[in-house]
Amino acid sequence: MTEARDSIFASIRRSLAVKGDERIRAGIVEERLDRAPKGIIPTRAQIDQAGKLDLLLKKLEGVQATFARLESASEVPAAVADYLRSNNLPATIRKGDDPRLAGLPWKDTALEVAEGKSDGHDLNAISHAEAAIAETGTLVLTSGHENPTTLNFLPDNHIVVLNAGDLVGDLEAIWPRLRKKFGKGEMPRTVNCITGASRSGDIEQTILLGAHGPRRLHVLIVEAS
Amino acid sequence: MSAHPTSRQFKDNASRAIADKQLTGNLKAVRQNFIDKRAKAVKELPEFEALRESAKEIKNHTLAHLDLYIEKYEAKVTASGGHVHFARDAEEARKIALDICRKVGAKTVTKGKSMITEEVGLNAYLEANGVTPVETDLGEYIIQLRGEAPSHIIAPAVHLNKNQIESDFRRVHTHLDPARDLTEKTSLLTEARGVLRERFLTADVGITGANFLIAETGTSIIVTNEGNGDLTQILPKVHIVMASIEKMVPTLEDVSQILRLLARSATGQEMSCYTTFSTGPRRPGDVDGPEEYHVIILDNGRSAMLGGEFQDMLRCIRCAACMNHCPVYHQIGGHAYGWIYPGPMGSVLTPSLIGVDEAGHLPNASTFCGRCESVCPMKIPLPKMMRHWREREFERNLNPAMARYGLGLWAFFAKRPKLYALSTRLAMKAMKLMGRGKGSFSMLPGVGAWTKYRDFAVPEGETFQAKWKRERGGK
Repeated sequence: MTEARDSIFASIRRSLAVKGDERIRAGIVEERLDRAPKGIIPTRAQIDQAGKLDLLLKKLEGVQATFARLESASEVPAAVADYLRSNNLPATIRKGDDPRLAGLPWKDTALEVAEGKSDGHDLNAISHAEAAIAETGTLVLTSGHENPTTLNFLPDNHIVVLNAGDLVGDLEAIWPRLRKKFGKGEMPRTVNCITGASRSGDIEQTILLGAHGPRRLHVLIVEAS
Repeated sequence: MSAHPTSRQFKDNASRAIADKQLTGNLKAVRQNFIDKRAKAVKELPEFEALRESAKEIKNHTLAHLDLYIEKYEAKVTASGGHVHFARDAEEARKIALDICRKVGAKTVTKGKSMITEEVGLNAYLEANGVTPVETDLGEYIIQLRGEAPSHIIAPAVHLNKNQIESDFRRVHTHLDPARDLTEKTSLLTEARGVLRERFLTADVGITGANFLIAETGTSIIVTNEGNGDLTQILPKVHIVMASIEKMVPTLEDVSQILRLLARSATGQEMSCYTTFSTGPRRPGDVDGPEEYHVIILDNGRSAMLGGEFQDMLRCIRCAACMNHCPVYHQIGGHAYGWIYPGPMGSVLTPSLIGVDEAGHLPNASTFCGRCESVCPMKIPLPKMMRHWREREFERNLNPAMARYGLGLWAFFAKRPKLYALSTRLAMKAMKLMGRGKGSFSMLPGVGAWTKYRDFAVPEGETFQAKWKRERGGK
């Protein structure tokens, strides 16, 4: 084990003609990790917040995701019930214990609400997004009991709540947010960047939705500040 | 030894592939689907060219400091509660994976799509040692049912059509109603989803590859569309990542640059459906996710490529744009190449990994049209490197005697310009006379191997050099 490790490092260093203890190289690496320089950021994402929302909606449509715009979070349960009804789906929903979802008026609907991870037998689940990226119509979800990762993949229908204030323009804009929340160099166990519902092109290169993950992705955008 | 290669028989493999009407028919999908989608996605991102340059710089920087970034990465994984294992070759990698499986008494293992586990021949090894591997990517699942290797690095079953897949499902899924209707592609997908869902929920270990490893955070990344990779890694008790040393990237910002190129170059998507960042095992308070997280870092010949003429190949992000645009791949598909990596990237990488003795024919599988390099998001000079291999093959006397004598004869004339001009002038005139009345020769003496597959256009009676001299005069 250590033998394999040592021998791989020795081989890399032999090929690169370095010893591994050069101060300059170490300094370059430290500096890069510390500063994490940004590269090219597409201009399409460098726009005002209203423009970002428009771009997000356009991109969501482009990946066959649906959405509804809500004025406040309290409208979420009714919007979930509406969505399930209009798609002829049973009035059940599973969620984690995210406080942003817990305090909502679920009792005002006929929804049967379950809590915790999925064991693979739930049709519908709801998660709260950490953020979203307008550039590509991507939702960013982080793991934890608040929003268990299994809810992102096992149920047939995945509903994601996004606070419009958590919408950023480009992918790079996510990382300072996560560093602030979890610490520099730290990450939650899982960060899921989700762009549309599950799909496969493996049968004659025809894109079909609903491969192994959710068949449908629906985004509820809460616009209240 | 890695997965068993048949690259020595490349010429026979290729001839068989071209004669296979079903295969060549199925391969049309490659040309029809990948090229236009990529072109559209590239057009819609004005910064694409600048990003290629940026990504190339990032990878060059990483490779130049690879030892240090791997150290940083290793420390981060360990700090987040994960385990890093190092494997010099395929055998070591297989053994480490099996040991981890044995420790938890694993009976079945689900697998996300991973070229590296194909490279080390992991499935056959696990199976021989009593652990059942289940491929869960739809394409990989289909070829596993058929006992085949992938024929494309992102679309493993691209060589098959719907009817072939249907008959495989009927042959294997015998617990389902034989009278069921599978004529629609969606019914095939739904059937695989149902069968594999049970496997996901009961697997003891999940094994994935990694598109990237991030030194800054000790994170592994998988990029998928089906969601199978995620179900593979979040449901079982143990998640094993197998990745080669060059998957390393310094920071989250750096990987963001390359992610913009990956999906666009591969499938023409702006972003694949699921880009997943995994760091260590489940945390206190987590209600799901794996309890153990292992990374097996594989060398298998790559460290020797650093610092040499093939280092650029280590920038490859396995998008498959090169094979999607390759006229040779379009004709013969991936299996003819005889090992895991087909197309231009395979023609360069395979000789590096398994030796030019085994794979010396592959760099000849090129028309040197240059499309592979022009679409490569990482700007890898694939044609140049194929030429390097040809030179090495020549130096080592690996070419057939006829080719060597022919080149020797040509060199004799080429070194004597006056004699060269005279003999070509006479030859062109003679050929024009011989070919009078027809547009091309379907056979020529002495070059039968060439004219067997192509026609030689009848010369117009003048050499290029003579025409140049006449038209440009002394200018």
